[in-house]
Amino acid sequence: MNEHDDAPRLLRIGSGQGFWGDDLEAPVRQVEGGPLDYLMMDYLAEVTMSIMQKQRSRNPEAGYARDFIPLMERIFPRIVEGGVRVVTNAGGVNPLGCGEALVAAGRAAGVAGRARVGVVTGDDLKDRLPELVRSGHELRNMETGEPIETILDRVESANAYIGAGPIVRALQGGADVIVTGRSTDTALTYAPMMHEFGWAEDDWDRLAHGVVAGHINECGAQASGGNALVDWWTIPAMEAVGFPIIEARADGTFVVTKHPGTGGRISRPVVSEQLLYEMGDPSEYITPDVVADFTSLALEEVGPDRVRVTGVKGRPATDFLKVSVAYEDGYKAVGTLVYAWPDAAAKARASARILRERLERLGLRFDEVRVELVGWDSTHGHLAGPPPADLPEVELRVAVRGRDRAAVERFTRELAPLVLTGSPSVTGFAGGRPRVQEIMAYWPALIRKEAVQPHLDVQVLEV
Amino acid sequence: MVTIQLVHLAHARSGDKGDTANVGVIAYEADDYPLLRHALTAERVKAHFGDLVKGDVERFELPNLQALNFLLHGALGGGGTVSLMTDAQGKVFSTALLRMEIEVPAEVAERAEGRGRVPAGFDPDRPIPIPGAP
Repeated sequence: MNEHDDAPRLLRIGSGQGFWGDDLEAPVRQVEGGPLDYLMMDYLAEVTMSIMQKQRSRNPEAGYARDFIPLMERIFPRIVEGGVRVVTNAGGVNPLGCGEALVAAGRAAGVAGRARVGVVTGDDLKDRLPELVRSGHELRNMETGEPIETILDRVESANAYIGAGPIVRALQGGADVIVTGRSTDTALTYAPMMHEFGWAEDDWDRLAHGVVAGHINECGAQASGGNALVDWWTIPAMEAVGFPIIEARADGTFVVTKHPGTGGRISRPVVSEQLLYEMGDPSEYITPDVVADFTSLALEEVGPDRVRVTGVKGRPATDFLKVSVAYEDGYKAVGTLVYAWPDAAAKARASARILRERLERLGLRFDEVRVELVGWDSTHGHLAGPPPADLPEVELRVAVRGRDRAAVERFTRELAPLVLTGSPSVTGFAGGRPRVQEIMAYWPALIRKEAVQPHLDVQVLEV
Repeated sequence: MVTIQLVHLAHARSGDKGDTANVGVIAYEADDYPLLRHALTAERVKAHFGDLVKGDVERFELPNLQALNFLLHGALGGGGTVSLMTDAQGKVFSTALLRMEIEVPAEVAERAEGRGRVPAGFDPDRPIPIPGAP
């Protein structure tokens, strides 16, 4: 069957970033490499919001993905001329600041008067937390069941994962670039589908298709050959990898593909790997807008680098939004030294023992001290078996964690002395003393939708 | 029956949610999915990981993808930025599971031999061209 038989209209939604720090050339390749209607860019991971909140506390104009702005300045003329719309959660904890910077970037790029920036706010619950708790929202930790009162005075950021609604409103308001805070990663892809195809909010099966499309797009090249384990040594030209593009149809079904002439691979097994990434119960993939059943979908290879997705079933959305709270939870530091042959592993382990005993003699208390030998057991633990007798070299990695900053600080001064006071054949301390890092712990919770949704706001700014 | 490593029968990807790692295991051949379903029980996977997984192991089936998804609770040393692990986000629990040894019929083992590992003669320094590119 010709895959285009019943497809009068295709909507092309490309993925441009899979996380804050992803390939900066990818969005450029997406808008220059072939036809595209929308470019989605995901910048937010669980820990990102707290990092941005910290930046904003030092500089009120910060708190969003800074490198999104020069990127947009670069591609603004192209997207305006090509009619490509951009949807991103680069706004972090300061979507309005990001939107204003974007307006300035658009003017600098010469598109003044020719583009509109939509800004979605209202997901940020940090300042509302005490009031929410007082009015009966328990915000218990979804993993441990603990009430949020135990950490309320240490909260660094708190954001509700919001759905497609406000993005659709911004698109209806004529925005060409939409900047949000903690929108779900998947909504960045299916909001344009809802808008363009006019899907109803209770069209569960179509929305569920959109969610699957969003899950494929949200990690960038991880759906087009990046980090793919299956036959990875045969995947072509990863140096010029094409990020995934969803070619969606009004009935929800879609084809995953990429621009011609780009590297990477889109195949059934590669897409399957991405579908399983960060998967919980696959029959209940919960989003603000629909619960999607990933066990119902069908994948079919319909051409080179073309995988078709059909049959996704959806169920009504729940009454809750997920909330991501980040709170200060002590300090940690990580340091490394390299030990050379012969008997590299034995030397590294002996030095680790000496270090531990010194920390103990100093009376330093930690919640955890972890010793890994990179090159032997740091990733697979005991499954790696005993260290090979003739291991050429190994990196000793020692990490500590605790509430007492002074203790963690002192640990960072105990590593270097091992060079002259521990096992022999040691090197690799050129990086200097380890850095003390503040730990931002993650507190997942649920909140009733009505506590958040009336606060969601959409502004449209003229460039 | 003979014993082979899972790496020859399946590929995998893992990720994290808090202190839980997930591992999705995908059979290379659809024919092998029932075999994996039989061999990779939650109990056996839990036993394979031993003290690397502090909590329970849950299993979900995705016959449509010839895949199983495992949730390894308490596997990430607290998860996120709390964890002191190199693999704090569980990115390579996938291949740790592929180390598991399972019993398969001799003909399956014969067919799977070498699968999942870089073939002899592979040169990592040689670029791989785009098919059909000039």
